[in-house]
Amino acid sequence: MRDTVLEAVDLTISFNDGAVTAVKGAKFRIERGESYGLIGESGCGKSTILRAVAGLNTDYDGSILFEGRELPERRRKEHFRAMQMVFQDPYGSLHPRKMVQAVLAEPVRLMGLGDEQRRIDEVLRNVGLGPEFRFRYPHELSGGQRQRIAIARALIVEPKVLLLDEPTSALDVSVQAEILNLLTRLRRELGLTYLMVSHDIAVIAHMCDRVAIMQHGRILEEITAPDVRAGRVAEDYTREFLAASAPAITA
Amino acid sequence: MTDPVLTVENLNIHFHGSARTTHAVRGVSFTLGHEKLGIVGESGSGKSQTGRAIMRLSPPSARITADALRFGRTNLLAASEKQMRAIRGSEIAMILQDPKFSLNPLMTVGKQIAEAYRTHHRVSKAEAKERALAMLESVHIRDPKRVYDILPHEVSGGMGQRIMIAMMLIPEPKLIIADEPTSALDVTVRRQVLSVLDELVDRTGASLIFISHDLNLVADFCDRVLVMYAGRVMEDLPARDLGRANHPYTRALLESLPRLDQPRAELPVIRRDDTWRTGALA
Ligand SMILES: Nc1ncnc2c1ncn2[C@@H]1O[C@H](COP(=O)(O)OP(=O)(O)OP(=O)(O)O)[C@@H](O)[C@H]1O
Ligand SMILES: Nc1ncnc2c1ncn2[C@@H]1O[C@H](COP(=O)(O)OP(=O)(O)OP(=O)(O)O)[C@@H](O)[C@H]1O
Ligand SMILES: [Mg+2]
Ligand SMILES: [Mg+2]
Repeated sequence: MRDTVLEAVDLTISFNDGAVTAVKGAKFRIERGESYGLIGESGCGKSTILRAVAGLNTDYDGSILFEGRELPERRRKEHFRAMQMVFQDPYGSLHPRKMVQAVLAEPVRLMGLGDEQRRIDEVLRNVGLGPEFRFRYPHELSGGQRQRIAIARALIVEPKVLLLDEPTSALDVSVQAEILNLLTRLRRELGLTYLMVSHDIAVIAHMCDRVAIMQHGRILEEITAPDVRAGRVAEDYTREFLAASAPAITA
Repeated sequence: MTDPVLTVENLNIHFHGSARTTHAVRGVSFTLGHEKLGIVGESGSGKSQTGRAIMRLSPPSARITADALRFGRTNLLAASEKQMRAIRGSEIAMILQDPKFSLNPLMTVGKQIAEAYRTHHRVSKAEAKERALAMLESVHIRDPKRVYDILPHEVSGGMGQRIMIAMMLIPEPKLIIADEPTSALDVTVRRQVLSVLDELVDRTGASLIFISHDLNLVADFCDRVLVMYAGRVMEDLPARDLGRANHPYTRALLESLPRLDQPRAELPVIRRDDTWRTGALA
């Protein structure tokens, strides 16, 4: 039996009174525990889809269904808790005057979860930082450490779906490996579902079961990770995109 | 023999906080000629702080010591703040990850470039505008006339970064330090930005220090690579040999990359070896 967590039906998203249509009739279905990737060049609409799912922009046509039910225009607290977004930018996403401790306590309070101290220690450990990081300010962290805090902030409310927008592209490869392993482990252990955007095709193939390739707001085709690795695609555009994204080091 | 563009000998950076002291950069040495030097290494390894020390833009809590820190013949450790401002404005340029921090949000893009041009060249306003438009064109901005009149928040990430590069390169600096200049950009835009940077570096004969955590990018783009770990340079090698590096830390970095040709359930993470912090260097 299918257990669809997230589904988009004819999702169309416009800006500036329809002058720009960033997403055109997107359709996808993501099963519980699945990891689904979105790829495509800059400006094709990937982040716009994630923001709509997260409820950061609910001004769209078509529908988004969570656990089989259409999401209302006014999202409830439990929707925000269930679907957490992790952004790429480790600079913009943390408040400069808030200590790590306060950054992590805020969502716990907002969702009324309690058990704040234990959750903070646990989530810090989960993202590979010691408890001493509680008392640091963002400017006392390197770029990579900041992104780990941003990921911790999403994980601390125990969401069902993580919306990952280039979650590791500002991280060095050793931290990237740790974070990707962490995300893999959490998905397995907690049954999380991922909707993930990355420009790194090797990361997408490693992390996702299925991948949608987008162009100018449309989903061109949906392929599996083994298809990505083998270059088994139907559309010329996908082939070109994959070729242009191939990594340089192969030795 | 000509002097190197930059000489760094035994650079050390300490941060003194109220609670703890961090030894962030520990005995870094290298010389830079007319080349593109990549600096890679994990987060917190000291790449940015090394770049900032060269610009003398370290945070106030940093204590910098070195046996030598020379730009051409200028001793950067002894230079006055006034000399440093002159050097920063014209001879060494720094490009940062996020262009939004460096552009004035209230002034149109074109006007900023034109004014930057006029601080370095004695020309009329009309000519500065001509130059600014040409500059936008040279970094492959498609519609320079339109972009000239818009504000920084209206340009996309990739455009913003190219505009920054155009501005930084107006005075034709001899040394460019680019700290993660493309890590906020997607692949397609990243390639455009790099080719613009490459073109300008070639044309003006500048030297480049390119800080990045992206091993593939550095292998592709740079001539030489320094691999840093815990504030030290572990390995100094030609960029094309990066895939065949010897040092166990560099090997471990390479191993931790997801690979298209080898599916793996889990990525190898680096098991840190204490001798990397303290042992003899390659
Ligand atoms: N708030 C907005 N107002 C107007 N246009 C917008 C807005 N947000 C996004 N757009 C436009 O929608 C399109 C899709 O943007 P989106 O951010 O989804 O791209 P993306 O695929 O995530 O690109 P990138 O890889 O560069 O992050 C772009 O043309 C963008 O300019
Ligand atoms: N103002 C500061 N006070 C205390 N420690 C600092 C300060 N700035 C940086 N550090 C420390 O110095 C070390 C080197 O930082 P640096 O920013 O150079 O790392 P990096 O190699 O550029 O990392 P990243 O890839 O994450 O940007 C880190 O351990 C960092 O925590
Ligand atoms: Mg995006
Ligand atoms: Mg840095």
